[in-house]
Amino acid sequence: MKRIGVFVCHCGINIAETVDIEAVVKDLKDYPGVAYVQDYKYMCSDPGQNMIKEKIKSEKLDGIVIAACSPTLHENTFRMTVKTVDMNPYNCEIANIREQCSWVHKDKNEATPKAKLIIKSVVEKALLDEELEPVKVPVVRKALVLGGGIAGIQAALSIANSGHEVILVERQSSIGGRMAQLSETFPTLDCSQCILTPKMVDVAQHEKIRLMTYSELEDISGFVGNFKVRIRQKTKYIDWDKCTGCGLCIEKCPKKVPSEFDQELGKRKAVYTPFPQAVPNKPVIDHENCTYFKTGKCKLCKMVCPFDAVDFDETDKFVEEEVGAIVVATGYDVYPVLNMDEYGSGKLPDVIDGLTFERILSSSGPTGGEVRRPSDGKVPKEIVFIKCVGSRDPENHFPYCSKICCMYTTKHAMLYKHRVHDGQPYIFYMDVRAGGKGYEEFYQRAQEEDNVIFLRGKVSKVYQDDDKVVVCGIDTLSGSNIEIRADMVVLAMAIRPSKGVEELAQLLKTAIDQNGFLTEAHPKLRPVESLSAGIYLAGCAQAPKDIPDTVAQASAAASMVSNLFAQEYLLHEPIITGVDEDLCSGCGLCITVCPYDARTLNREKSIVDVNEILCEACGACAAACPSGAAQQRNFTDKQLSNMIKAILI
Amino acid sequence: MQVSYYPGCMLKTNAKNFETSALAVLDRLGVTARELEDWYCCGVCFSQASDNLMQQIAPIRTLVKTKESGNPQLLALCTMCYNTLKRSIEFIKADKDKLETIQEFMDREATRFYGDEVDVIDILSLIKQIGLDKLKEAIVKKVEDLKIASYYGCMLLRPKEIAIDSPDDPNIMEEIITASGCENVYFPFRTECCGSYQIVNEPDIVTDRAKKIVDSAVKNGADLMVMLCPLCYYNLDEVQTEIQKEDNTFQTIPVLYITQLLALLMGLDLDIHDFSLHSVDPRPVLKMKGLL
Amino acid sequence: MTNNRAISSRKIESEALKQLEDISGVNVYACYQCGNCSSACPAVEFMDIPPHQVIRKVQLGFIDELIESETPWICAACITCTVKCPRGVDIAKVMEGLRQIVLRRDFEHINIREIDKKLREKLPQIALIGNFRKTIL
Repeated sequence: MKRIGVFVCHCGINIAETVDIEAVVKDLKDYPGVAYVQDYKYMCSDPGQNMIKEKIKSEKLDGIVIAACSPTLHENTFRMTVKTVDMNPYNCEIANIREQCSWVHKDKNEATPKAKLIIKSVVEKALLDEELEPVKVPVVRKALVLGGGIAGIQAALSIANSGHEVILVERQSSIGGRMAQLSETFPTLDCSQCILTPKMVDVAQHEKIRLMTYSELEDISGFVGNFKVRIRQKTKYIDWDKCTGCGLCIEKCPKKVPSEFDQELGKRKAVYTPFPQAVPNKPVIDHENCTYFKTGKCKLCKMVCPFDAVDFDETDKFVEEEVGAIVVATGYDVYPVLNMDEYGSGKLPDVIDGLTFERILSSSGPTGGEVRRPSDGKVPKEIVFIKCVGSRDPENHFPYCSKICCMYTTKHAMLYKHRVHDGQPYIFYMDVRAGGKGYEEFYQRAQEEDNVIFLRGKVSKVYQDDDKVVVCGIDTLSGSNIEIRADMVVLAMAIRPSKGVEELAQLLKTAIDQNGFLTEAHPKLRPVESLSAGIYLAGCAQAPKDIPDTVAQASAAASMVSNLFAQEYLLHEPIITGVDEDLCSGCGLCITVCPYDARTLNREKSIVDVNEILCEACGACAAACPSGAAQQRNFTDKQLSNMIKAILI
Repeated sequence: MQVSYYPGCMLKTNAKNFETSALAVLDRLGVTARELEDWYCCGVCFSQASDNLMQQIAPIRTLVKTKESGNPQLLALCTMCYNTLKRSIEFIKADKDKLETIQEFMDREATRFYGDEVDVIDILSLIKQIGLDKLKEAIVKKVEDLKIASYYGCMLLRPKEIAIDSPDDPNIMEEIITASGCENVYFPFRTECCGSYQIVNEPDIVTDRAKKIVDSAVKNGADLMVMLCPLCYYNLDEVQTEIQKEDNTFQTIPVLYITQLLALLMGLDLDIHDFSLHSVDPRPVLKMKGLL
Repeated sequence: MTNNRAISSRKIESEALKQLEDISGVNVYACYQCGNCSSACPAVEFMDIPPHQVIRKVQLGFIDELIESETPWICAACITCTVKCPRGVDIAKVMEGLRQIVLRRDFEHINIREIDKKLREKLPQIALIGNFRKTIL
């Protein structure tokens, strides 16, 4: 029989307060197979680890059980520890007596026997553990970045600058994303486009970056280091290889439609680039609005194009690529004003969202940067900003804080005052969250120097009265209800994950949280990794965040990709479910239940083959297998039944 | 189509014209509203004290009678009745313990009630259920430029569990008005409280509310205001005359039950109206628009 | 004189507060004082303590002040506050709770005989019954 060592951790008082360690140690000493038992205050500390190493040698242990905290925390620590004294890491097991015992109980008399059983059960497992070696997998050193906003741009440039190839896929015809729509950025008030466009050009010129705009991820298979992706290049009706971006087609196109880039305040043509600094600066034809596609007549663009680049017969193209890592940077959408019944349901022309106000403030926007209201073009003299619209409202909309609104609303009020000196901005707020470098100072400046009036409270109702928009709110600090007959109202609408993220998450087999944002692997310690290996997150796809945070997260995601690519090969957990060829009848049940396509039928041998790299050890096949041929390594039926017996008997 | 009908106290007294017009309109739309043989006062205000089960008994008895009648859809014309009856259902559905206590208390009654067997419906939802196309077909008088301010009040919209439409931006009355060939006036106070029962000992609140609501409807160009709640009706009709006594610049607006307007547009018997019940006489406007 | 402004765990966990919680079934601690209830309240101008401050005072245990307040008797139970609350606090139920605490002690808040006879005859039943339901036990 194997010689198993049991090491019981006090975890300070975390375990020792509720579990009688002495009694556990005493009891375990007599358990069959246990050769040595020792407790210690902090097993994960250096002295603790050293003791384990010494005892493995001196007591000639074949396997050990550490009774301590959850294996998600220190399993790796201890496995690395035993490796240094030549014990196979997979012969080191964790018995979780903290999260599953001491933390959930109060009564020592109940917790102590439970701790004993947990440890005994794991001893049973350790007795039958095999020595395992990780599976080695090669890495494709090319990354895919989804989304060409500031997050995607930063991640792509950063990965490319590390010398790796990048494919940057963007749904729109130009990169730039939301940041390209913004006017000036807090807290320094530098022009958003001025700081963004150089980076956009860098992307276009970088020899390691392949830019694929007007494209979307269609399908994906494979696994970390070895993804196969299929990208749909949507029909542009313009051959970009021939097109020089001269713009003649745009000039001649007779059809005008509301510009999405200008939040529908301005117009664009049916053949268009979203904005003048677009990268690539080449147009696409909007099939839905094109006169030719609607009536069969026109083709003016085709006639004027000097390079014969217009092709009405073009269809979607598909590109297949192999990549080793993916960065998801799909950004955000603004929650539509039409969801706000109390603020006019989007029917009042002078009640707009913050992003629309950005376009009004932008020098490249539809009003050339002059503050004019949408209904009649008048300069608003009384303007009301309302924060937390749809955010922090679990009852009717979303429970979370959209994070950027405090600062951009303050900025809006400030920029408004800079342009309309005799105007009065008001901000309805519930809290001011100015926790960033230079943010609090920026907020103070708005109060002190720009005479922005901050009113603490929510607005219950907004309605049109003649050419005024009446705002009914409250200032809870004075206890007074407030009514403002404003010329214009700007709503700081909640930030939503961009459209299609749910489907994308399904495609990538990764998770979204209850609010629809992509879930990170750990909220503090693994903030840029998704729940799927090799897929990283950047920007507002993960949670609302401002530009500095977005850039930081994108750089971190790129760094994670570089870490991955720095490895010669990847190690895959050897705990997979194999096939006992003697027992397998080739019934194929396990193939149908495998969510990872790791199992295939070998018709020649009439058994099932396993792709060890694809197997994630979920155990579905082991449960389904009628003959017991599918046995998960170190979680065999025998081990599991012994573990259960140890607890029940 | 048949529904059960719960009149409540008002529809037999102050709001007779609501009952007669509503039943006539429903009849024209092919719906028979069969008055419950036995019904009890709903209690007017739903008791919001979670430990007061006694006040739930009366509405639940009425619901039991509805279940026994075999027509499980119960039409409540008065919106206060609608609110109280509907909330009683929600109350017992949400809390099994309370349902049990109530059942124990009522163990002598022949029929047990669980909440799901009966649904309370208001007349707006019923008309929509019948179909706006049917309503359109029943309209015989074409009016031009008749601007209607639809006033919802509280009881059809709040709380959310029993709301027939968005509490902040409802549209169901306006849809019916559109189908009937009139024009809508979306005035901003259409969902705001009239002051309700405070007319008894805090009448200043009602005066303040009525003034704001009426001013807003008039300012937005309405010819008539329509509504469903007999209490709102009293507070907005009767109180207007009093406000005018104090302030002769105050502009009044005639108030009708929405079913009165529909009955007029359907060309139904004028006797159902009893215009003497109105404080602000609607007849001049109705004549001017060719409805009388 | 006792210090009315002092707060302590004892005050916050007082009997009256417990009674209010029992009657209303509302957890007032979800409130973050956005003031939307007061902003939307159609009768706030007639109240001595606006609804959001009522909730705040409940949170801090100042129940005595609320029992003396006119606010619950001005409230017409229109439920606008409850519908408007972003945190799901049923403010209308808290108002009912405050009324009930008083009524279960004093039995009535108004004297029916003091209502003007002419008015009493003229008013519709639902006004009278509705009012009595809120002001008389």
